[in-house]
Amino acid sequence: MSRTLLLQGNQAVVEGAVAAGVRFYGGYPITPSTEIAEQLALRLPQVGGKFMQTEDEIAGLGTAIGASMAGLKSMTATSGPGFSLKQEMLGLACIAEIPVVIVDVQRVGPATGQPTSPAQGEVMMSRWGTHGDHWVIVVSPSSVPESFELTIRAVNLSEKYRVPVIMLMDEVIGHMREKIVLPDDYQGIEAASRKTPSCKPEEYLAYAADKEDLVPAMAPFGSGYRWHVTGLVHDETGFPKGTPAGTVESLNRLHDKIYNHLDDIVTFENYRMDDAEFAVIAFGGAARSAYAAVNLARQEGLKVGLFRPITIWPFPEKQVQEIAGRINGILVHELNYGQYVLEVGRVVAGACPVSLYGKYDNESATPQELLAEIKKAMKK
Amino acid sequence: MGMEQIAEKYFRPGRLPHIWCPGCGNGIITGAIARAVDQLGLDQNEVAMISGIGCSSRSSGYLDFNTANTLHGRALPIASGVKMANPALKVIVASGDGDCTAIGGNHLIHAARRNIDLTLVVYNNSIYGMTGGQYSPMTPKGSKATTAPYMTIEPSFNLLELARAAGATFVARATTYHVPQMVDAIAKGIRHKGFAIVECVSACPINFGRQNKAGAPAKMMEWQRDHAVMVAAWEKMPAEKKAEAQAAGKFPIGVLYETDAVQEYTEAYDGVIERARR
Repeated sequence: MSRTLLLQGNQAVVEGAVAAGVRFYGGYPITPSTEIAEQLALRLPQVGGKFMQTEDEIAGLGTAIGASMAGLKSMTATSGPGFSLKQEMLGLACIAEIPVVIVDVQRVGPATGQPTSPAQGEVMMSRWGTHGDHWVIVVSPSSVPESFELTIRAVNLSEKYRVPVIMLMDEVIGHMREKIVLPDDYQGIEAASRKTPSCKPEEYLAYAADKEDLVPAMAPFGSGYRWHVTGLVHDETGFPKGTPAGTVESLNRLHDKIYNHLDDIVTFENYRMDDAEFAVIAFGGAARSAYAAVNLARQEGLKVGLFRPITIWPFPEKQVQEIAGRINGILVHELNYGQYVLEVGRVVAGACPVSLYGKYDNESATPQELLAEIKKAMKK
Repeated sequence: MGMEQIAEKYFRPGRLPHIWCPGCGNGIITGAIARAVDQLGLDQNEVAMISGIGCSSRSSGYLDFNTANTLHGRALPIASGVKMANPALKVIVASGDGDCTAIGGNHLIHAARRNIDLTLVVYNNSIYGMTGGQYSPMTPKGSKATTAPYMTIEPSFNLLELARAAGATFVARATTYHVPQMVDAIAKGIRHKGFAIVECVSACPINFGRQNKAGAPAKMMEWQRDHAVMVAAWEKMPAEKKAEAQAAGKFPIGVLYETDAVQEYTEAYDGVIERARR
């Protein structure tokens, strides 16, 4: 049985988290993500989970990492200023391979920026924000129902690959209300869990990865498997080897465990792309304008389609290259001065012209505005 | 159990010798943690030890518990998450004076305020040792440091008064000279249900001692002997004498404060779950 509801994107994230089995949330209030904290404070204890309002943004992710080490699926949510503060903890989760989900509901930045206005200014930060070479998964929903589904997927990917997954939302999606149909109970939801060791505790090497997926089994603290978590570059024992070759081996595995599984990780939507001669690339809230603009273009007989990355990092390289080889041009539409377009341009590498419609005036584009930009770009 | 058996049982094989300098007090404190766990007869599987970054925080890697050497100043939030997820674990936090009172100061006061059942062992050597001798919030005013070549002008924290004011329900101090008392204070801190802080006064002969002409490691320990006063004796001192002792740099050691009048945080959260499910 199911129920039909009118929910905000932020509320859909909460239901997705509960459905995915998240049982710990640590976080700090910040617009426009606060509803996620408020609703989880209500919902988590109902299902035996725990909510902590922490002293700051850093502790929000810190408590979530700690709870994950002790075996709970954990998450935090924030917006730009808080996402800046969480970057150090994010790096710890990367190198120590602690599953955790970070929701970033983007607003206009930098600094306080415009807290209640939409932007997509953290596209590059979500990929490169913490120091040092690291690899994360970033997903971005474009609707309220997708906010529910992608939260579950974010949790599952995080558990499966032992990597922090960033759910990159924006104020449009976080605060927009839409119809959503949710199952009455979440028993049937496919929920992945990290694998746990099957060897004897004394044989457990905490960072010895399986050859097939390159992901090590993770024993929760208190399970009888005693191991060491560290932010230092470490070998399969969890302790630093301190050799150049050891460092390369460790970092390569952190890369390969993600990039060897792109077919599983990278998801996207092709909208009216079958016969398209020109493509818009947009994701998250910006894709909402793009669906409508593509429809308007089609009404005028222009063969325009939308390629919408759902996993925005790792970048859907193969897919974008394939599109670039069969169309006349690409317009990247994003709510910033131009970030994702840099990666699109790098991947397309001259196969077709790439233009940008970057909007950074704290409002979404109207379909008409985007259509005008599509027409301009098509003339190039 | 003698130290050899303690080392055999509680220290991870292959991880010694440690990285600490000759004369450093960190080994004494880490040994005291192991002895305290042993004294309480705890199962190693049920002990978690979370540390931050710095000399002190390397301790977690040596001990055979569920351990984490996390980020500078951030041991307490991570430990709080561990405790929330599995309240059955005895969670010990190892932190240095810089780690705990400077970069992690905010986490300290809030962990204390919540009265979450963690045992914070502060390795207080009055200096940033790992980075080579910069002053910390616990460096006595008027000391030399590499970042205070003309002497520090900042007063230091009274860490235990700070923790108590913030809400800690168990407050103790020990020195690396008074080892049995240190073991006892840590054991009592672990047994205490609530936020416990044990300040372990330690010596850094290399990065504090040399700059401040404090003498050889043994001399620095003698300083601890000569300045620490057992809490029972301290409390008996008339006000005038206490003020005199304080002016001479003396300080009390032992359990300075303990109360069970405040509900522990994870236990209080069980009440939240109960109310949510009603």
